[in-house]
Amino acid sequence: MALKTGRNPKDLAFEKASAFFAIMVLFLAALLFAVLLRESMPALRKFGARFLVTGTWDPVVDQYGALPFIYGTLVSSFLAILIAVPLSVGAAIFIDEFAPPWLKKPVSFLAELLAAIPSVIYGLWGIFILVPVLRDYLMKPVTKYLGWIPLFKGPVYGPSLLAAGVLLSIMIIPFILSVSREVLATVPQRQKEAVLSLGGTRWEMLRIVIGQHCLPGIFGATVLGLGRALGETMAVTMVIGNRPEIFLSVFQQGYSMAAVIANEFNEAGGIQLSALILIGLLLFLVTFVVNLAAKWILSKMGAHASRGI
Amino acid sequence: MTGTITFRRKAVDRVMKGLFCLCAFLVVLPLFLIFFDLVLKGARELRWSLLIDLPRPVGEAGGGIANGILGTIVITLLTMAWSVPVAVMCGIYLAEYGRGKLASSVRFAADTMTGVPSIIMGIFGYILIVLPMKRFSAWAGAAALSMIFIPVVVRTTEDMLRTVPTTVREAALALGIERWKATLRITVRTAWPGILTGILLAMARIIGETAPLLITTLGNQFWQTRLDQPMASLPLQVFSYAISPYNDWHDKAWAGALVLITMVLAINIGARVLTREKK
Repeated sequence: MALKTGRNPKDLAFEKASAFFAIMVLFLAALLFAVLLRESMPALRKFGARFLVTGTWDPVVDQYGALPFIYGTLVSSFLAILIAVPLSVGAAIFIDEFAPPWLKKPVSFLAELLAAIPSVIYGLWGIFILVPVLRDYLMKPVTKYLGWIPLFKGPVYGPSLLAAGVLLSIMIIPFILSVSREVLATVPQRQKEAVLSLGGTRWEMLRIVIGQHCLPGIFGATVLGLGRALGETMAVTMVIGNRPEIFLSVFQQGYSMAAVIANEFNEAGGIQLSALILIGLLLFLVTFVVNLAAKWILSKMGAHASRGI
Repeated sequence: MTGTITFRRKAVDRVMKGLFCLCAFLVVLPLFLIFFDLVLKGARELRWSLLIDLPRPVGEAGGGIANGILGTIVITLLTMAWSVPVAVMCGIYLAEYGRGKLASSVRFAADTMTGVPSIIMGIFGYILIVLPMKRFSAWAGAAALSMIFIPVVVRTTEDMLRTVPTTVREAALALGIERWKATLRITVRTAWPGILTGILLAMARIIGETAPLLITTLGNQFWQTRLDQPMASLPLQVFSYAISPYNDWHDKAWAGALVLITMVLAINIGARVLTREKK
């Protein structure tokens, strides 16, 4: 038989078929952005940039501003980061440097399991366990003695920005922890040994090595965790209080962008629906930028951003 | 040897070690607390009737979450029926042919979609399916969930195929097997346990998804097997029972959550065991 000069037609067909599905995935992503943009247009036209800085959310007069939701999302996510980052980095250091070998696997496995728990179960646990505990043992005593500080002002109801922040921190810990471990793993073993051989203690070694090598990576892990926290819906909806007002006190109720979509979407129509989709578009853009930033920082570090299942 | 290490430095070292240890403890503590409460509170209501009965109105004893369990299974299978082939084929494209602009844009698209909050995928399903059909439906829920499922499986499939050594591909081709056959029968089969693990992990994730279903399938008090109608699902039932003002519904929320976490963890841990055995 003559030698085949062209490519096997079956091979070509298979390659084309797989390329078709690849294009389909690309198309789905584009479609997502397109429908969000199209459906949010009416609200964008009507409210423009004012949407970001207006605090009223009133379906009766059809006036919508996203500020209370943006505020609640940012504050609860910030609180979550504040709690989760030190704990995750500390735990990562413990697993990699101090834990006896038999303990490494179980601890990291258990931390990974936290990522597998559905958000609605975190919310359930938040409503019935976390919120009452925080209310009785943290918020009430603190308002009693430090209530004059605006950040801790009462009255205390239970559902609050703080409760959302604490619950979110538990949910994002596994992500920050696993990326932190990858970042720690990029430190050259020789450098660690060099510090130890000069007579440094383990902590001194860590302080030097982390200070020199890991801070950008840990920052990347933090940004990645932030991306997770910003869009979390069910757990936040269940414990934040769902009150579209802005309070300085973290003990007060709030509302988040994802939560208002979950709560009002089904009863909304017309411009209200469009305003909710506009909030969705904002959330999409913000998480997009945040995730991109995290990936960029981490790729500079040589650690792979965890793809987060 | 340790003469240079002063007592102070040693003490600081000890304290820091203690703090790191405490961090690790605090990280795993919530897991135990959550499981403890789930079992403690969930087991009270966990009886056979819960798994086979429909929900009953408030105040009426008994009743179950059977339609929610069925709905979750139906919606999950519906999602996977079309998402698995799409995602795996896309992963094959990226790993076996993926060079150039198309491949890097697909990778970028998949990575972007992975980071999108799930509620936004719900909006996607709502606009594309609920609005034109003018009703909530299992179809819309599956559309939303597939947007979560596909990008994750695309990337794990690609990663797993890349772990197959080039020599394996070359050996197959050297034997004269056509490339498409070598890809499917040799490369994909070699990487299959890993690909399956990715599929199962993504499945465990969509089983627990609540937010997108809230605005696409809506939930249902009754049996519903028609896919163009609002359908119950277990996470939605847990949510609506949890935020209700009734104590006996709270008990059902805990029991439902216990059933849900059992399903999710069984699949999640099963998936991990699958790859561990192959190593």
